[in-house]
Amino acid sequence: MSNSVLPTTLHNVKPEKPWINRRQSLQEVARPVAIATAVATAIVLLTGLAGPLGFYVAFVLSFIVVSFVDGMRHDKVKAIDKVMTTLVTAGFASAFIPWASILLTVFKRGASAIYFGFFTNDMSITAADDELGMGGLSHALVGSLLILLMASLVAIPFGIITAVYITEIKGRFSGVVRVVVQSMSGVPSVVAGLFIYAIVVSRFSFSGLAGALALAILMLPTVARTSEEVLKLVPEDLRSSAYALGASQTATTFRIVLPTARSGLITASMLGLARVAGETAPLILTAYYTAIYSLKVTGQPLASLPMYIFQNFSTGTDTALTRAWGGAAVLLSFIFILFIFARIAGRGSRK
Amino acid sequence: MENDDINLIANAAHTGSVTGGNVLDEGRVGTSGLQTKGIHVWFGKHHVLEDISLDFPANSVTGLIGPSGCGKSTFLRVLNRMHEFIPGAAMAGEVFLDGEEIYGPKVDVTAMRLKVGMVFQKPNPFPSMTIAENVLAGLKLANIKVQDKDSLLEECLTRAGLWKEVKDRLKLSGSSLSGGQQQRLCIARALAVKPKVLLMDEPCSALDPASTLKVEETIVQLSSDMTIVVVTHNMQQAARVSDFCAFFLSDGGPGQIVEADRTAVIFSSPSDQRTADYVQGRFG
Repeated sequence: MSNSVLPTTLHNVKPEKPWINRRQSLQEVARPVAIATAVATAIVLLTGLAGPLGFYVAFVLSFIVVSFVDGMRHDKVKAIDKVMTTLVTAGFASAFIPWASILLTVFKRGASAIYFGFFTNDMSITAADDELGMGGLSHALVGSLLILLMASLVAIPFGIITAVYITEIKGRFSGVVRVVVQSMSGVPSVVAGLFIYAIVVSRFSFSGLAGALALAILMLPTVARTSEEVLKLVPEDLRSSAYALGASQTATTFRIVLPTARSGLITASMLGLARVAGETAPLILTAYYTAIYSLKVTGQPLASLPMYIFQNFSTGTDTALTRAWGGAAVLLSFIFILFIFARIAGRGSRK
Repeated sequence: MENDDINLIANAAHTGSVTGGNVLDEGRVGTSGLQTKGIHVWFGKHHVLEDISLDFPANSVTGLIGPSGCGKSTFLRVLNRMHEFIPGAAMAGEVFLDGEEIYGPKVDVTAMRLKVGMVFQKPNPFPSMTIAENVLAGLKLANIKVQDKDSLLEECLTRAGLWKEVKDRLKLSGSSLSGGQQQRLCIARALAVKPKVLLMDEPCSALDPASTLKVEETIVQLSSDMTIVVVTHNMQQAARVSDFCAFFLSDGGPGQIVEADRTAVIFSSPSDQRTADYVQGRFG
C-alpha cells in the first residue's frame, strides 16, 4: 500500500449511491404509513367498516388522503405524484392479495395430503375417502405430463407454422386465417371436448390421446396469436439483410426470423400450455379418469391432475377434499416448474 | 391530372435527350457489369424516380448524393431487387448485371443477390448469431460450402477493418459490439459471399466520426476489386470516398439525375448550377 503517493481525493473511494438517502426515505414512507394506520384504525373502530377487508379499504382511502396532504407541503405537482403512486400501489396490492390468498389457501389445505408416497403411489388400492398417508397421484401426474406433451407436440408446431404463414408468407388467406384463429380462441373448452368426443372417443374409446387432441385445439390459437405478435417484433431490417445476402424465404424464416424470436416463441408456447394445463371440462369427455398408474395413451382412460382433483372433490368426504387440495397444490407447483424450465430454455444459449 | 401527365412526359423527354444515359467513365464502360437504363419507380400512384440511366464503372466507388426524399435509396434498392418487397412498389426500365437483365423472367433472384451485396443504414447483425456466425451467415443462408471457413472469416473481417478488434471474441453475440463495429461486421457479412457489387445505403449515418472514418477507409480499400455504390447525405464523405458522383434531385415531382460525373468535376466545376449549390451546401 503506497497510500502516501495517492492524492487524498482518490484515497478510499467507494462506489456509493448519493441519490438515495435512506434515513430520509424511511421517514418519508414511515410517517404517512403510521398516520394512515392510525386513521384507518379509528375508522374501523368508529364506523361500520370492520374486519381485515374493512381495515384494508379504510387504510387505502386514508393513505390516499395522507399522501395528498403530505405532498401539498411541497406543491400540487408533488401531491398529485404521491397520490398516483399510492393509487398504483393500491391497485397492485388489490390484485396481489387475492392471488396470494389463493396460493396460501391451496397449500395450507393441501399440505396434510402431501407426503412422499403422494408422488409415487396411485389410487388403485386406495379409495378417495381412505385415511391420508395412503395412495397418491403419481398416475395423475404422469397422465398430465403425457397429455400435455402430446398436446404440445401437435399445437406448438402448428401454432408457429400458422404464425409464420400470417407474418412471413403473407399468403392470400392470411387475413382469413388470422380471423379464424382469433375466433377459435373463443371456443369454450367443453365444446373442444365434445368435438373430440364425437369424432374420436365415440368411435374408439376414452384415451389420453383424445384428451391431448382436445387440449391441442384449445392451445393452438393462443400459441398462434402470441407467436404472430412475437414474429412481428423481429425487425424488418433483419429479413432485408438476409434477402440481400441471397437467402431464400425458407432460409430467412428458419435461420434468421425464428431463431431471433426464439425466446418469444418459447413464451408463446408456455402461454398455450398454461392455458390448458388446468383444463378439466374437455378431459371429462376425452381422457376421463382412472385410478391406476398407466403410460398407455390409447384404448383406455388416462388420469390427469385436474381430473384427480375433480374426482376427489366429487367424493366429498374430508380426506377426499384434502386430497383434492393436495392435488391442486401439486398442479400449481407443476405449472410453476414448467414455467421455470421454459425460462431457462428461453435464455438457453444466449451469449 | 392531365396536366401532370403532360409534364411527366415532357420531363422524361427532356432528361432523356440531355443525358441519354449517364456514362460516367467512357474508358471503363461495360467492364463494370452494372448498368441501369431508363429506371422509373412508383409507390402506388406516386412517381418517385424518373428515367435514371447510369453505368457504374468497375473497381470504383460511385456516390449517390442529393437531398432527402429524392429517391437515392429507392434507386439503390432497385439495383438488387429489394425494391419489390415494398408493398405498392412498381417500376419500369432495365438493370443489367454482367449483361443480364436482373428483372428478366428467368433470373434466379437469390443467386443475383449473392453477386450484389448490400449494407444498410442501421447496423443490423443477426442477434441470434455470434460474430463469427454473422460473418458466415450468407454462406449458411445460401447453402454455400466453403473449404476453409476460418481463413474466410479472418479475410472478411480484415477487409472490413474489424479483425484486430474482434479476433479474441468471435464467439460473442454480434449485438455485443459497438455501433461502428456492428456496421463493419455487416460489411464483413456482405463480403463473405464474394459479391461483385456492394450497395451501401448511408452506411455511416448512425455512426460516430471515428467509426465513420474506419468505414470510409474500408470502402476505399474494397473498391480496388469491387464496384461500390454508396448513398450518402454527407458531402465531405462523398468527396472523400467516391470516384464518381450522381446528383439526384426532386423538385416536387419524381427524382431525377441532375448531373453525373467524376467526383472531382462534380465538386469543382459542375455544369449545372443546382449541383454547385447543393455540393457547396447552399440548399438541401
